[in-house]
Amino acid sequence: MKKKEALWIYQKMNEIRLFEEEVHRTFGEGIIPGFVHLYAGEEAVATGVSVLLDEEDYITSTHRGHGHAIAKGCDINRMMAEIMGKKDGLGGGKGGSMHVADIEKGMLGANGIVGGGFGLAAGAALTIKTLRQDHVAVCFFGDGASNEGLFHEGLNLASILKLPVIFVCENNQFGEGTPFRYASASETVAERAAAYNMPGVRVDGMKVVDVYSATKEAIRRAKAGEGPTLIECDTYRHYGHFEGDEQKYKSEADQNRDRDPIPEFRKVAVEKGWMTSKQADEIEKEAAETIKKASEFAQNSPLPDVESLYTDIFA
Amino acid sequence: MTERIVTFMTAINEAMAQAMRKDDNVILIGTDVAGGAEVDHLVQDDGRYDDAFGGVFGLSKGLVTEFGRERVIDTPIAEHGYFGAAVGAAATGLRPIAELMFNDFIGFALDPILNQGAKMRYMFGGKAKMPLTVRTVHGAGAGAAAQHSQTLYGMFGAIPGVKVVVPSNPYDAKGLMLAAVEEDNLVVFSEDKLLYGMKGHVPEDYYTVEIGKANVIREGKDMTIVAIGKMVQVAEETAQILAKDDISVEVIDLRTVAPWDEETVMDSVKKTGRLIVIDESNPHNNTATDIASVVADKAFDYLDGPIKTVCAPNTPVPFATNLEQAYIPDAAKVLRVADEIIADLKQ
Ligand SMILES: Cc1ncc(C[n+]2csc(CCOP(=O)(O)OP(=O)(O)O)c2C)c(N)n1
Repeated sequence: MKKKEALWIYQKMNEIRLFEEEVHRTFGEGIIPGFVHLYAGEEAVATGVSVLLDEEDYITSTHRGHGHAIAKGCDINRMMAEIMGKKDGLGGGKGGSMHVADIEKGMLGANGIVGGGFGLAAGAALTIKTLRQDHVAVCFFGDGASNEGLFHEGLNLASILKLPVIFVCENNQFGEGTPFRYASASETVAERAAAYNMPGVRVDGMKVVDVYSATKEAIRRAKAGEGPTLIECDTYRHYGHFEGDEQKYKSEADQNRDRDPIPEFRKVAVEKGWMTSKQADEIEKEAAETIKKASEFAQNSPLPDVESLYTDIFA
Repeated sequence: MTERIVTFMTAINEAMAQAMRKDDNVILIGTDVAGGAEVDHLVQDDGRYDDAFGGVFGLSKGLVTEFGRERVIDTPIAEHGYFGAAVGAAATGLRPIAELMFNDFIGFALDPILNQGAKMRYMFGGKAKMPLTVRTVHGAGAGAAAQHSQTLYGMFGAIPGVKVVVPSNPYDAKGLMLAAVEEDNLVVFSEDKLLYGMKGHVPEDYYTVEIGKANVIREGKDMTIVAIGKMVQVAEETAQILAKDDISVEVIDLRTVAPWDEETVMDSVKKTGRLIVIDESNPHNNTATDIASVVADKAFDYLDGPIKTVCAPNTPVPFATNLEQAYIPDAAKVLRVADEIIADLKQ
């Protein structure tokens, strides 16, 4: 990993974490309507993958999409405004938390439909392949989503067509309140890759470096025309499934799962000489400033004009 | 019968519990209907299971504790798979209540309903039964945005072989749920998420409300308003406002969207000569347009003005609070169209 990459990762990890904490706080104050699913705890996945992507690469995301959007370079002010349902939001306030998107940044949307991304990512990869572009598509999805039919259909299709797509599973052990070990007949998601004739790798999703290395190889394969890769990241969400979830399904051991990818990466990056402690401190401070500004921007943004209800249905 | 005040949500929970007590073949199946299946610390000292949240809305709370995991079955997130299984189970002796967490997810589970469950009896020459109740949730107003707020009961109602029930209050919710489980047909039971907290009188005893029968909840002579689910409240509000102008409105709670109660609607229109239908669905090919076309066809001579429908606009459900409010039909919108058809009465 290059120094530049490590600094970027640390910056984005901090932005994601503080963004989520601000969303948590403002949701609690009633400033954010609707359903909110927080990404905090899983930062190593979004950043470890996205640091290797360009603006022209595509990602599809999940209902837990804020982290992916930040890592893919979406405007943080406008993301926050979207989540608050304001006019300056990325979707003009029409989409909200579950639909944060910016197609110009290659972010094909958070998704209210679990498993909705498998086909979309394969489709983006089909565009890349057909137009002979030198890009990749990444499909972020949860362990729960791996039980939807679309997982199997999407992976099989991507494999037979040798599409430049990477399927990144964020196995945070739960789909809502249902544990992965109950809902899946296979012990891991990664082992399912064998059925679709692609590599399936399992990495520690709390370690950015591991996510990074696996992604690097997957991108190489994709761009060499060798087809898709499935990467399963063992991770953990710090908050409940949705805001307001009491998490009674989590055992004491689960509740105390105290690994945090951000200090873990800080330590590694400083040890490796990618970043000094002083730089890390500065990044943390800047991230806090960025998020404070985003929250102010969003709260000061007006509600959308009522006429906008009727626009953007057709091109 | 003992009368108590309970919520819409409790009424449905109670109905499911009573149906399961009455008939061992009734099972509940769906994503997280118990929540926390296989989570060891939810096992109580007496060996029974607690539930982490009893469905995302908490509606099936306590059922796994009483009936066990064999009859309250958490599924993987795999709607196509478990709806297929529910249809197969219903054809072979069980009476499943299968939960589709939000009706918007039907895209992943439509084939079992559209091509299998709904058509089996017909294709098999009347030899199959399909005692399957599909519980699902529709409606805007919760800030849940475009993929969690749609109103799709009309779409289900367009499928021959499917009955669709949309309760508007706790009493009906319990009675209609019990009737749905007793049915040997596929019934979609669609709940408006905004009604969950609504309180009302609900008897403790087992009772059913007939599927297919609308409810005249307010008698009137100048105009008929037919409404569905949450929109019944909008109809009543409109009727109260018009009553101040001495305009007498008959309000019909449709209760069952498919098949809808032609007789009750037609009798009312013949009496009042004017009709408005309120439906939160998008405005085309929905229950409101269906009612309007049938009434225009069969009762044209009785009409004193054009039939009006008040629906959501032809847009996806927006997220922003103000846009979402503008999306949902309200009394002001109904009054605007009412004014157009009762102008003569107001002179
Ligand atoms: C098709 C569909 N089914 C069910 C849901 C309800 N739902 C939303 S998130 C979720 C759990 C998803 O679990 P997972 O894929 O593991 O992602 P995680 O929440 O753990 O990030 C469920 C069941 C949905 N949104 N879409």
